Amino acid sequence: MAASISPFVDVSAALVSAPPTAAEWLVILPVAWCLAIGALLVMLRRRIGIHPAIAIIGLAGLVLIDGLLLKAVAENGPLTMVMGRWLPPFGIAFTADLTGTLFAFAAALVALVAGVFSLADINDSGRRYGFYPLLMLLMAGVSGAFLTGDIFNLYVWFEVLLISSFGLLVLGSEPEQIDGTVKYGFLNLVATTLFLIATGYLYAVFGTLNMADIATRAEALRDSAPLMTLTGLFMLAFAMKAAAFPVNFWLPASYHTPRVAVSALFAGLLTKVGIYALVRVMVMLFPVEREELSFILAVAGALTMIVGVLGALAQTDFRRILGYLIVSGIGSMLAGIAVGGPGGIGGAIFYALHSMLVMTGLYFASGIAMRLGASSSIAALAGLYRRHVGFAALTLMLCFAVSGLPPFSGFWPKVMLVKAALDIGAWWLAAALLLAGFLTMIVTGRVFLLVFWREAAHADGEAVSLSPAAFGPLAVLTGLTLLIGLYPEPLLAIIQDAAAGLAEPSAYVNSVFPEGGPR
Amino acid sequence: MKSVIFRTLAPVLTSLMMLFSIFVLLRGHNEPGGGFIGGLIAVSALAIYGMAHGVETVRRAIFFHPMAIAGAGLLAATSAGLIALFAGVPFMTGLWIYPAIFGLEVPLSTVLLFDSGVYLVVVGAISSIALSLEERGGE
Repeated sequence: MAASISPFVDVSAALVSAPPTAAEWLVILPVAWCLAIGALLVMLRRRIGIHPAIAIIGLAGLVLIDGLLLKAVAENGPLTMVMGRWLPPFGIAFTADLTGTLFAFAAALVALVAGVFSLADINDSGRRYGFYPLLMLLMAGVSGAFLTGDIFNLYVWFEVLLISSFGLLVLGSEPEQIDGTVKYGFLNLVATTLFLIATGYLYAVFGTLNMADIATRAEALRDSAPLMTLTGLFMLAFAMKAAAFPVNFWLPASYHTPRVAVSALFAGLLTKVGIYALVRVMVMLFPVEREELSFILAVAGALTMIVGVLGALAQTDFRRILGYLIVSGIGSMLAGIAVGGPGGIGGAIFYALHSMLVMTGLYFASGIAMRLGASSSIAALAGLYRRHVGFAALTLMLCFAVSGLPPFSGFWPKVMLVKAALDIGAWWLAAALLLAGFLTMIVTGRVFLLVFWREAAHADGEAVSLSPAAFGPLAVLTGLTLLIGLYPEPLLAIIQDAAAGLAEPSAYVNSVFPEGGPR
Repeated sequence: MKSVIFRTLAPVLTSLMMLFSIFVLLRGHNEPGGGFIGGLIAVSALAIYGMAHGVETVRRAIFFHPMAIAGAGLLAATSAGLIALFAGVPFMTGLWIYPAIFGLEVPLSTVLLFDSGVYLVVVGAISSIALSLEERGGE
């Protein structure tokens, strides 16, 4: 058998000949780095004392790598590295364009602050259950999903982050957590299966899984192949992952049960991976089909916004309220994808980045509030502004930011989205965006009024000091929100380039197939 | 399950299966086999040993905690990809060396290192599950 395979086949024509540059290594490094650190932490499973130090150094390294990658991509355009020297589309390509890199960088930042917050939140039992290894493996999955240029590979990274997130959700093994995990797990497995079916179908139609290859071939196949069905399947799968109405119910049912650091991390990262995949597939690969489906997407987006925020109004548990606010934010991003164009797509990307920072910050705030007031119900929490004025001020800023008020980061994407919706004459979508913003303000106002301003019934209102590990991450995220709100130009310029790169993916394709068309 | 015949045969069976799992791992480069299936065979061997002589014996026999073995495998697989960094070729490119050991040329490659990593991940992860299931089942 072995003899029939000659070892002397000349394969040099199928191999990449040029040695990869240092910048190209940055494309793969976030994933390899996270996997290596995660593996190291698993090996040191008994030495839980040094887990946090290694993980935080690892996450700081990840921020650095992603930052360098963002700089390289912003200067020179998309970068590609193909696994194992095989030429694309046969070798699996990792392609970092501005959109993916921006998401990866924001995700690394959120993970770093969540890692610092976990010092004050994850106790020894959580460490023994493997919080830090799982965190690093989760980041490997998230980075891989943002940077891969192959749609089956995207599925694999979804699985990696899903399995790590199961582990993080059950950290502590309380019955309530297991209940939340079952709902989360079941819905996500359905979505993943749907994604896999769609990917198989895509491969049957295109004969390739490389995104750049698909983007160039879609035009020729549009008349003969069922691309609408494909896009519809992908849309449903990713909308489920992103918790869009009517497949949103898993999120509020599970995000309030795990440790605070875990729910903050999930709030920042997981739904945004779904949004990212939706943007990648619908905007870059199948733009014509997106146009056709835009009305459905816009209606789903508007309903997600309104249903989410109404759900938040009806809740009394601090973290459940935040869960519904995530859903409402997802609606705004869907609206942006539905509207399309530089304003819509740019607005959706901007909103996603803003939501990563702000929702993570709000979960931190809920965690601190729960510790100060020893309850998670906003009916029981009271008088926190007397306990720690700085904490109350930061939370108020985050409340303004999530409602889309200036001068915070939520204002600009909202302006972009409303303007983009009005430009195409979708006044009802613009109205839904504004109404959702108004209702969000009522929700956060209610929370702030009850939890912070209301006088505590019994006098346990002496001031407390917060540990830097709890207060620092909150302050960093609020500071970033304020910074982006006051000085959005640099970020806005990058986002506009990113949206343009998605609408006209020739630079992306060129990076994968340097000579122009495939082969 | 703790009959004398089974208890006497189990160590023999286990060592044979372990040997076979390594054979399957090494065979996997050009022919059916590889790290995943080899790892599964190794875990079955450990499971048989555990049924005959108890989970504690198995844990002592493999010395390292199963999850630590899985971590080592993941690290080996990742570094197999990263070795390409020093050779100036893209991630995961297969690199070969042919050292002569006792006058015999032995082809070693990063592919083998990757496959051994997969083997260890499978051995670690599945035996961790199997051993804790056996522990519960024995009560």
